[in-house]
Amino acid sequence: MTAAELFLQQFINGLTIGSVYALIALGYTMVYGVIQLINFAHGEVFMVGAYLGLMVLLLLPPSPGGVLTALLAAGTGCALLGMLIERVAYRPLRRAPKLSVLITAIGVSFFLQNAMMLLWGAQDRYVPACFSPGRLGGGAVSITPMQAVIFAVSLFLMIALQLLIHRTPLGRAMRATAQDPLAARLVGIRVEGVVSSTFAIGSALAGVGGVLFGLHYSTINFHDGYLVGLKAFTAAVLGGIGNIPGAMAGGLLLGLLEGLGAGYLSTQWKNVFAFAVLVLVLLFRPRGLLGERVAERA
Amino acid sequence: MEVLATAALYALLALGLNVIVGFAGLLHLGYAAFFAIGAYAYALLNLRAGCPFWLGLPLAGICASATAVLLGLPAIRVRGDYLAIVTLGFGEIVRIVVTNLEPWTGGPNGLLGIDHPQIGSLRFGVDSKLYYWLLLFLVGLCAWAARRLQRSRIGLAWAAIREDELAARSLGIDATHLKLTALAVGGAMAGAAGCVFAAKQGTVTPDSFDFILSVMILAMVILGGLGSISGALLGAATLSVLPELLRDFSTYRMLLFGALMILLMRVRPQGLLGSRPSRHVPAGS
Repeated sequence: MTAAELFLQQFINGLTIGSVYALIALGYTMVYGVIQLINFAHGEVFMVGAYLGLMVLLLLPPSPGGVLTALLAAGTGCALLGMLIERVAYRPLRRAPKLSVLITAIGVSFFLQNAMMLLWGAQDRYVPACFSPGRLGGGAVSITPMQAVIFAVSLFLMIALQLLIHRTPLGRAMRATAQDPLAARLVGIRVEGVVSSTFAIGSALAGVGGVLFGLHYSTINFHDGYLVGLKAFTAAVLGGIGNIPGAMAGGLLLGLLEGLGAGYLSTQWKNVFAFAVLVLVLLFRPRGLLGERVAERA
Repeated sequence: MEVLATAALYALLALGLNVIVGFAGLLHLGYAAFFAIGAYAYALLNLRAGCPFWLGLPLAGICASATAVLLGLPAIRVRGDYLAIVTLGFGEIVRIVVTNLEPWTGGPNGLLGIDHPQIGSLRFGVDSKLYYWLLLFLVGLCAWAARRLQRSRIGLAWAAIREDELAARSLGIDATHLKLTALAVGGAMAGAAGCVFAAKQGTVTPDSFDFILSVMILAMVILGGLGSISGALLGAATLSVLPELLRDFSTYRMLLFGALMILLMRVRPQGLLGSRPSRHVPAGS
């Protein structure tokens, strides 16, 4: 393998996992955009999505239809879960000190992690292989069918989300609420409904991301939500939190950095890159790569 | 006794973090890193230089304090949520570096055979009771120091920065300097706690210092009521004893623990002993 081929291969691998990070990052960024809340339980929603997908894949034969059902089931299930979390743990504290929401988010995380551990056991669960192990493209650089699917699904969802936000009444209401909740309320937008929908959409994306993650790594564990959630969060910040195209770019970029870092330096230090990049970006471009400069809020 | 010793250890950590988050208003999510630095500082000093515990204790505190300031220098330029994320990043970096720096830290297996403390002929060994009294003494000392600080000019300046940094700066308060002071004080307490922890366990491994620990300590501080010293102590006691009380439910214990955390915050959003009403404009109004 020549240097250029190695680079390309790591590039493709990085983009694959990066698109999963991007899907999860969208949930963080959308919620933050609308109510300036860092949803620390978001990683666990992703993890629950992975288990929901696993459940479907164990019931259905490993086929494209099975994978599609798993994606839909995880998306729907997590959308409901996200709305429930918002209702139980965040909405009652909308007027409380900002930090108290952090505690309820941690409570939700503990609850979901342990619920999944009780249901599925503490050991790694294997996700059945659903794609042929063959490779597309005959040369030294290749892409597996699974990588293609992961990439296609993520791309489809990101485009769908863009359309939803810019072309539908719900999207307009979300943008209005993000700009100014009070003014949005004044013009007749049901802000609580918008917040709830935001949680539903973000969580659905995380659920789909969970299924893709399971397919990619072929094992899942109830601990996975924490690290992947943290990385997706890094991706959101990298792109400028609250900024939707930023989250997509941030996810892909983080995946690339990780892929290339693991390929050229060492896999052991893989996780340091993510955080080092995060810290550097925040220190030199505190609003993220695509974030606009905003005045400090009073 | 083991539970009480753990509770006292958490109390010490909560007191330290309360100085940073509660007094100075710096939301720090990587506090476990300073605890780790303290633990590894004593472990290395003891194993490589034969440093006794009583000398290691202040040295571990100084090391952690210095780290807190060094990492704080670049970090305090950013504010609010962003500071939280930078500190979270630093916390993780410290843990991963410790895990991967095998020749020094023993990697994932950690370091073994760290000396237990000794006073004259009284050897602490693995007796939790003695560590409990030691920790209780340190908690008392730190609580007293924190109270003195809170009521000093520094404490008042911290409160001013926390409530409105711009206004505080315009009154001539050197916010940068004072924030670093808060980090130094909080870091020292975590370092001391880390040293006692290393001495008590006799071993240190990197997985004792993960993000969950930072979050748990923060949860104690917030649960007790930000900025309240007795609150930090009560929060630490609650969150370290509660899982033990739930032990009867065995496997469902942490599940219930999570649910209780949500419930407690819904009932008392300002924390158990927090009385200061939020003067910030709530989001969405």
